[in-house]
Amino acid sequence: MNRQRLTGSRLAAIFLLGSVLLNYPLLSLIDSQADVLGVPALYAYVFAAWGGLIALMVAVIERRGG
Amino acid sequence: MSQAAIIAVSFAYLAVLFAIAYWADRRADAGRSVINRSSIYALSLAVYCTTWTYYGSVGRAAISGIGFLPIYLGPTLMMGLCWFVMLKMLRIAKAHRLTSIADFVAARYGKSQLLGGLVTVIAVLGVVPYIALQLKAVSGSLNILLHYPEIVVPTRAAALSAAPWHVDSALYVALTLAVFTILFGTRHLDASERHEGMVAAIAFESLVKLLAFTAVGLFVSFGIYDGIGDIFARARLEPDLAQLLGAGGAGGSASGWAALTFVSMMSVLLLPRQFQIAIVENVGENHLRRALWMFPLYLLAINIFVLPIALGGLLVFGNSVDADTFVLTLPMAHHQQGLALLVFIGGLSAATGMVIVETIALSTMVCNDLVMPLALRLPWLGLNQRADLSWLLLLIRRCAIVIIVLLGYAYFRLAGEAYALVAIGLISFAAVAQFAPVIFGGLYWKGGTRHGALAGLSAGFLVWAYTLVLPSFAKSGWLSRDFLEQGAFGIGLLKPQQLFGLTGLDEIAHCLFWSMLANVGAYLAVSLARAPDAREAGQALLFVDAHRLAQVPGRAPFWRGRAEIEQLAPLLNRFLGRERAQAALESYARRKGVAAVEELPADAELVAYAENLLAGALGSASARLMMASVVEEEPLGLEEVLNILDEAHQVRAYSHELEQRSQELSLATQELRAANLRLQELDRLKDDFISTVSHELRTPLTSIRAFSEMLREDPKIDLVDRRKFLGIIVAETQRLTRLIDQVLDLAKIESGNAEWRADQLDLREVVQAATEATAQLFKERRIALDLQLPQRPAPVVADRDRLIQVMMNLLSNAAKFCAGDEGRVVVSVREDDAAGVVSVADNGPGIERGDQAVIFEKFRQGGDSTTGKPHGTGLGLPISRQIIEHFGGQLHVDSAPESGRRGADFWFSLPLKAASVN
Repeated sequence: MNRQRLTGSRLAAIFLLGSVLLNYPLLSLIDSQADVLGVPALYAYVFAAWGGLIALMVAVIERRGG
Repeated sequence: MSQAAIIAVSFAYLAVLFAIAYWADRRADAGRSVINRSSIYALSLAVYCTTWTYYGSVGRAAISGIGFLPIYLGPTLMMGLCWFVMLKMLRIAKAHRLTSIADFVAARYGKSQLLGGLVTVIAVLGVVPYIALQLKAVSGSLNILLHYPEIVVPTRAAALSAAPWHVDSALYVALTLAVFTILFGTRHLDASERHEGMVAAIAFESLVKLLAFTAVGLFVSFGIYDGIGDIFARARLEPDLAQLLGAGGAGGSASGWAALTFVSMMSVLLLPRQFQIAIVENVGENHLRRALWMFPLYLLAINIFVLPIALGGLLVFGNSVDADTFVLTLPMAHHQQGLALLVFIGGLSAATGMVIVETIALSTMVCNDLVMPLALRLPWLGLNQRADLSWLLLLIRRCAIVIIVLLGYAYFRLAGEAYALVAIGLISFAAVAQFAPVIFGGLYWKGGTRHGALAGLSAGFLVWAYTLVLPSFAKSGWLSRDFLEQGAFGIGLLKPQQLFGLTGLDEIAHCLFWSMLANVGAYLAVSLARAPDAREAGQALLFVDAHRLAQVPGRAPFWRGRAEIEQLAPLLNRFLGRERAQAALESYARRKGVAAVEELPADAELVAYAENLLAGALGSASARLMMASVVEEEPLGLEEVLNILDEAHQVRAYSHELEQRSQELSLATQELRAANLRLQELDRLKDDFISTVSHELRTPLTSIRAFSEMLREDPKIDLVDRRKFLGIIVAETQRLTRLIDQVLDLAKIESGNAEWRADQLDLREVVQAATEATAQLFKERRIALDLQLPQRPAPVVADRDRLIQVMMNLLSNAAKFCAGDEGRVVVSVREDDAAGVVSVADNGPGIERGDQAVIFEKFRQGGDSTTGKPHGTGLGLPISRQIIEHFGGQLHVDSAPESGRRGADFWFSLPLKAASVN
């Protein structure tokens, strides 16, 4: 049960992290003129942050030993 | 492409869906469920992605750049909270057999039929625009495809709605979808409202739409252009498109972004179809775990190509083609007939998935929470006399499906053309968000009441309708535009999209602000106006404390009731059908260990079980009503409910106490174990002691016996020998006596039974007396004795006899170990730091450092025991040390023979105490 709660709390923390990363005002910091590997920086940032959040969730959920 | 071919392919696709559903149902009946895995669960959750995602996202992206994304970021974030929220909803819904969101809300607030009805109405009306969106997308894509290879796209304002209804493809699409849903979802009645076949088909559809969309994405990115980077590079050159790449577009306002994220977070849990798939159709809780990341991954995958397609479309068509159709028109423009058909099928799968699950969920709500409660109240319908009503339930649901789809069509005709796909969908999202306060409030706050929920929902719904739905009618010309521009009744403050003069928000954020304000405000204010009644409090507890209550076995239902099985069985037969009712009762009887259904005890538990069964088919509120008609029931008063709650608390308290006790017990066990260990050690010491004492006693006894026997056997021993022998016997006897005295003395001291006197003494006097008493011994052995006493008295508090005993022991030891003639013993008394120190130093062989500790142990003597004869009992020093320590002093020895210094210095110290202090 404790392990479950811990996982839940970690996921909730990911929620908070995502709420900040994928929201204004952080989004307005991205330079709309810049490109990353040919992809507009904003677009690249949002997808990278999104993918990063999912990777974190995988790490938390699939963590073995509990 | 001929119309017939397209229609044939569409129906072939629907047939494939049927085959999958049929196969999955068969597998489920055989006990080998195909949907019993988290990947299928995650895929079925992707029913969230409809034609909105499939066609609409591109259209949205063409206007606002990344502004289409919050709709998918919200659910991703929500999955983080779902571990707590969804698991709780899942457990509650399973425990109470809640089969829809209306049922959930009704059950939470005291099984209120009125509330269930209101939620149903809001859900149906709220979701109607969403269904219209599917119809618009499918019929639109069909119309475009029919003109292949020409791209005839009605621009948004085109008067498609002017076409007479009977040639409108949307109507036929709607009817087809309705029939398909009926065949799909309401073939038979299931007590748990679960549809394994449907879920399998939905999961398949999720794959199809993802594949089709990705195919288009790849084609546009790599077939038409030179990779995604190429598209972006070209877009940068066009000023109109370049501004889509930054945060500046219409999706770029912070409030709009946050509002979309919020509504999508709510919708992914509260949309009727999401509730159906995520909660009702869930096979096992453990599937939720992995779905929490698989579902967001799906959302990510289906969104990667949205912006490239949008930009690619804009580069090709500019504004001449509706961006909502780019997914289809781009392949068509490049004469990809097969791909265009695949796109159409993908769109069809996105739409059918949504319409099937949504209308099934809604029809269950309409039937259980709206129609049946009303029908059961109308005596002239005679429903209470019918033997089997399950056909009626099915009929109501089928009609509900048709009506809901037709409502969607009506909305499409009335308002659909004025909006892009995403804008229509958002109207529904905003409606569904109205459920959030009553659901989340109900899950975590016990104070919410039925009236509060009614007030909150109504207020939120009215504001939603006023600020979003009516304007949508006005924009499509069905209502006067004056309403939009001048406000209702010409009052400027009532302008529906600038309510009370609020500007600067987009229409969704504007609607959300006012509706949530009204909703939450009314919910809280009315809930707090009065305390929850008994039933509300009971249900609140079951929901809010769901996790904890699940751990208290055999909890009582919150009312008392009795009903004979003869009354309950017909009721169940009527709504579940005879076979299923019988099977359910038999399994209950087996669980109770009763041989036959007829022998089941008529108690509250049976009634609760029957009500639960009925709730699956009828909804909790109607089930409550039906049970009340056959059960002699005394509703519990608030006090009794509180008692039951108290009991639950007590059970928890007991278990807590039990835990504490067991902890104390284990602590005590540890202490006992330690004590036992100590006892064993002491026991071993005692055995050692006894064996050593016996050994010590045996040595003198043996020699006494040997000499005595010699004297007896041989009477002719001469007098000199005889004297010598007798002398040895006497000496050994004295030694024996001394030994026994000392053992007894030591035993007394150790057991604490010794008698101690505490007199005021002068150390000098004691030492003097002791040396005088042993002077003869030293004289005999010709050892010089040197006594050094200070001038000042050294007052101590001690037992004089005991101190003399210590001194005698030390002196006789010193005498024993000094060689005759050159032996010299120095006895001194001095003051040292508030202590009187008495030292007896000899010039004998000294004591090895390793032996210095040993000599103070019982029966241990210094030196090599094999060479030297024991010189004493081995008890003198231990006893002396005990005595000195008893009076708060210390007894030590200083000696260092290994460094060449001869002799040993035994000294003890006693705290100095003047008589006046004492």
